[in-house]
Amino acid sequence: MNGFSEFLELHPLFSWLYELLKSTGLQDPWLRVTHYSILGSMMFGVLSLIALFLVWWERKIAAHIQQRFGPMRHGWHGWYQTIMDAIKLLQKEDVKIALRDKPVFFWAPIVCFVAAFCVYVVMPFGEGLIVADLNIGILYVLAITTWTVISLLMAGWGSNNKYALLGGMRSAAQIVSYEVPMAVSILTPILFVGSLSMNDIVLSQTGPIYNWFVFRLPFGPIAFLTFIIAGTAEANRTPFDIPEAEQELVSGYNVEYSGMKFAMFFLAEFVNMFTIAAVAVTVFFGGWNGFQFLPSWLWFLGKTLLIVLLLMLFRWTYPRLRVDQLMMFAWKFLVPVTFVNLIIAGLFKHLGWYW
Amino acid sequence: MALRTEEFVVNMGPHHPSTHGVCRLVLTLDGERVKKVEPVIGYLHRSIEKICENRTYPQCIPMFDRIEYVTSMSCNQVFAMAAERLAEIEVPERAEYLRVIMLELNRIASHLLFYGVTAMDIGAYTPFLYGLRERELIIDLFEMTCGQRLTYNYIRIGGVSHDIPPEFVPKCREAMRIIGQKMADYEGLLNENPIWLARTKDIGILRAEDAIAWGVSGPVLRASGVKHDLRKDDPYSIYDRFDFEIPVQKNGDTFDRYIQRLDEIRESIKIVNQALNGLEGVEDDKIKAKVSPNFKPPAGEAYARIENSRGELGTYLISDGTKKPLRVKTRGGSYNQLQALPLMCHDVLVADLVAIFATLDVIMPEVDR
Repeated sequence: MNGFSEFLELHPLFSWLYELLKSTGLQDPWLRVTHYSILGSMMFGVLSLIALFLVWWERKIAAHIQQRFGPMRHGWHGWYQTIMDAIKLLQKEDVKIALRDKPVFFWAPIVCFVAAFCVYVVMPFGEGLIVADLNIGILYVLAITTWTVISLLMAGWGSNNKYALLGGMRSAAQIVSYEVPMAVSILTPILFVGSLSMNDIVLSQTGPIYNWFVFRLPFGPIAFLTFIIAGTAEANRTPFDIPEAEQELVSGYNVEYSGMKFAMFFLAEFVNMFTIAAVAVTVFFGGWNGFQFLPSWLWFLGKTLLIVLLLMLFRWTYPRLRVDQLMMFAWKFLVPVTFVNLIIAGLFKHLGWYW
Repeated sequence: MALRTEEFVVNMGPHHPSTHGVCRLVLTLDGERVKKVEPVIGYLHRSIEKICENRTYPQCIPMFDRIEYVTSMSCNQVFAMAAERLAEIEVPERAEYLRVIMLELNRIASHLLFYGVTAMDIGAYTPFLYGLRERELIIDLFEMTCGQRLTYNYIRIGGVSHDIPPEFVPKCREAMRIIGQKMADYEGLLNENPIWLARTKDIGILRAEDAIAWGVSGPVLRASGVKHDLRKDDPYSIYDRFDFEIPVQKNGDTFDRYIQRLDEIRESIKIVNQALNGLEGVEDDKIKAKVSPNFKPPAGEAYARIENSRGELGTYLISDGTKKPLRVKTRGGSYNQLQALPLMCHDVLVADLVAIFATLDVIMPEVDR
């Protein structure tokens, strides 16, 4: 069994690629640039597939919660429905309203799309499966996820539509607010690791399952819960999906977008959801650590999909919060809780009372 | 330092997902706060009352179906009642039982739709499908009886159009049992959900005196604490034979209006079960009094009113002794409820406005007619 899972590990592929490029005689800046671009494109391809899968999966889960079938026509249980949707959206007319703010309107979906994918540069998908192991990895993740705000504001402003503007303003307020508890709740595990590198965070959780931060009582579970709540808000998911609240703002910031531009927002949303789950797994659930019989990347993927499932269950169970309640919850509940958690954890660390 | 802000006007509707059809709300917003609401109606005006003046009495009933298509049975009933009062027609007992069964089934179906739509407007998608799932059971019963699923044209002057098929009674009992069971699911999903409570408690309060002053009726009035139900206060048909309660709430907020409908579903299930029992005791299987197609009531006027799922539904008929009515006027509950909307939306957020509008359960064809 061991040999089998070793055989399925993908990191030899990465080093093999590096050796291959080196053997062509490329010198260092260009060698690295080529290596990273190839890995980046691979990551982009894989993530696009994951996003397409998530769209289908969410529709199926929603359908089964609501006792219906969901997509059934295209393939087994409609498995290529989202591919057909993407093809349809590509053929759609790109409606450009006359009074838009041209550059802002054009760049908004691109910024959103790129920001969603950039995070994965530092994501350890498996043992050695990381594009660039930055020493400020987690900081980079937090910085890039905030990019989304700019794109949503751009979309809201550029559309020259009152509903879109309201949606953009809402999302700016929301994401900036929830960024604080999210960052602080990630800091608690970081305190114990002593490094911001994603790889170090994962490596510090190797060994038995109780080494995962989520099982390190009492700080781990609290930090995880606050993180997943703030993360749901970051990814604009119900119960925090007010920027695109259909019943109030029609569709929020993306109301004037059509065709592939809309699809870019749509896919970015699902990639963002996957990001939140992937960060949660990396920081709290031991990343690619697992038991021997499966390769590490499969462990990572499996755990991430379970967290995604949790986010989907939230969405199809809860009603939506109101704007002021949402802000109140962030500043009056989540921020104090995460800070107290961090301070006490710091005290414990200082006194050496942790394991 | 106070920031200088500027109010702006947003046109919500007539094409907006949460205005339930074609209501247009002109909102004056200060950021997210609603400063002023102004409902603009008339986008669905089909002048049904005027059309009816050019049709014979039996031909008016299909038009009445379209006044309030979520509970068409009530509209049929109210027109038939007014016409029967004009001509003093006695309705056979079996037909009365069938009418009560259909009216109450239709009320349950309407409240189930309300449950789903309100939850959807507050952002919960799953209850919508749950509500529609059970509504389907009732719609199937209607289809079995009169062949229609939305506009029934079932209750006619002097009785009903078809007798129920033999498999109706067991299926109806089964549907009532299932809906009674599923009520626990509905309540479990929302009633104690903290997000739901935060969104609905103490939002959009309609005080009892305001409700009365603005002519609000039906579940919205009862949620404000006024125990007024025409089924008890002015019994029509054979409602005085059944044992049921009129649920009332205290606060008149969004939550009370929501819970009021769920309570009413329970009472309606009771009535349907009693009516099914009563139907078995009726020996005469006549379902329609003899009414000629050339129905000509004597000159005069009549008003009939019933308790619809959206409040008092009334019809006023003036006859000049010909086969066409001289004047038809309907009074729908939705119209008055919509009037009370600006009263309840003082300084609320846009999201609350949507929630309040949903719990009023306004249906635009009844407002515009």
